[in-house]
Amino acid sequence: MASPPYPWLNPALTAGGLAPLLMLAVQGPRGDLGPNAIEAALNQTGLLALVLLLASLACTPLRLVSKWTWPARVRRTLGLLAFTYAASHFLVYAVLDQGLALGAILEDIGKRPFITVGFTALVLLVPLAVTSTNRWVRRLGFPRWQRLHRLAYVAAVLGVVHFVWRVKKDLTEPLVYGAVLALLFAIRGAEALRKRRARAAMAARNAA
Amino acid sequence: MSDKPPAEPPSSEVTPEALYLRRREFLKNAGLFAGTAAAVAGGLYLLGRKQTRPMDAFVPDAGLVDLPVAKSKGPYDTDEPRTPYEDVTTYNNFYEFGLDKNDPARFAHTLKPRPWTVVIDGEVHKPQTVDIDQLTSWFPLEERVYRMRCVEAWSMVIPWLGFPLGELLKRVEPTSHARYVAFTTLLDPERMPGQRRGTLDWPYVEGLRLDEAMHPLTLMAAGLYGRQLPNQNGAPLRLVVPWKYGFKGIKSIVRISLTREQPPTTWNLAAPEEYGFYANVNPAVSHPRWSQATERRIGELERRPTLPFNGYAEQVAHLYAGLDLRRNY
Repeated sequence: MASPPYPWLNPALTAGGLAPLLMLAVQGPRGDLGPNAIEAALNQTGLLALVLLLASLACTPLRLVSKWTWPARVRRTLGLLAFTYAASHFLVYAVLDQGLALGAILEDIGKRPFITVGFTALVLLVPLAVTSTNRWVRRLGFPRWQRLHRLAYVAAVLGVVHFVWRVKKDLTEPLVYGAVLALLFAIRGAEALRKRRARAAMAARNAA
Repeated sequence: MSDKPPAEPPSSEVTPEALYLRRREFLKNAGLFAGTAAAVAGGLYLLGRKQTRPMDAFVPDAGLVDLPVAKSKGPYDTDEPRTPYEDVTTYNNFYEFGLDKNDPARFAHTLKPRPWTVVIDGEVHKPQTVDIDQLTSWFPLEERVYRMRCVEAWSMVIPWLGFPLGELLKRVEPTSHARYVAFTTLLDPERMPGQRRGTLDWPYVEGLRLDEAMHPLTLMAAGLYGRQLPNQNGAPLRLVVPWKYGFKGIKSIVRISLTREQPPTTWNLAAPEEYGFYANVNPAVSHPRWSQATERRIGELERRPTLPFNGYAEQVAHLYAGLDLRRNY
């Protein structure tokens, strides 16, 4: 059954989703982020990029499990928020942390797997953000668009790996996000299996 | 005054029913918008909170006793600006009290650094167990303003108070077999709640070669900024080896043993390919996951180049003549 239109939902997600980023932009220059403000901003933007990406990937499984339709309508907002945080994360790293030292940045991206996977995840999100409009869905055709946007799952896996490699010793937190991602995969896998079975049963009935 | 009842507003001013209902719907939607936005913002804030948790409730120097400084401004002191006391005491790695940088300042009140005894044993002629206040009374306390370079590529400048480890070792008279010094932190999950988690193998252990331990730069610190060490900085006694990464500076020491063999060290056991026994500050040897070529001095925005041996090469490079520092990281 279709959910009511909830006209407030997407504006609320946008406003609430951007609030922590705005708060960082205010807190940082005021010295409210502790002795190592750049590290705090990096950790915060990186974590929220992953959280929002997982939230956008949770929309379809949530719709399948709950039969609500509103999750499908917030997926784009969540995905674009995730991209905003991922891009901010990279900008904090490149501009504030590295001071735009191109040599050091390229060396990091090329030589350190921890940074290579994080950067790859961001690069994968760029075409998804660009093609997030209705016009692009029409231009590509839905099946092709859908196939392209499965890259979001690849980006999320890379994001979790990036998090795991960043941590010095205690893996609890990154593994929690890994477990959430695995659960989302499991729901989608089960759904794909169910569909295939249904199709096979249908084909068998038609053949009979 | 007129006693006529107030006139009804003309019908042209009465809000049409449809608009009236739309206003109610508008208010309802506005409420749902505000509630959802606040919930989303709050939820995200809580998830990312630990990076930006404020330290308002923290009183840095409650009950810490001023220490007598016998000597200040020694030959090894740096003139660089000192990292503010608040930063030195709220930005710490001390996993016995939690993994976040401000966890030690928040939770180390359970440590109770008095009464405290230190066992000195192993390859020494005068093994002993000594009370911490007696131990620190054996030596005049010197102020040493040292750079501290963390393996995580940040650094501070800290005015420590302490005495050279070499003086203590001479007093207990190492035997001719002594080649290394092994240090052990307190093991007590009641006082160090982080030890209930298996993050590392507890207790924390560290070690130095005997010649490193005898070097005049190597300090046993009992205080900083003129006072006793706050718990989160390793009270009541910690090691400071300014040319090595910060994790060599073992905190809250209960045992110092002289040994024949190279002793195990905690981070080397946890991740041998990332942390070696020597752990000399070396911009040319990267950590497998990040570069060590530059560092952020706490309080500064721009990174600065990291110096070999953290700028103490003139004093200590000779200790490693002929040693391959790439392999012995």
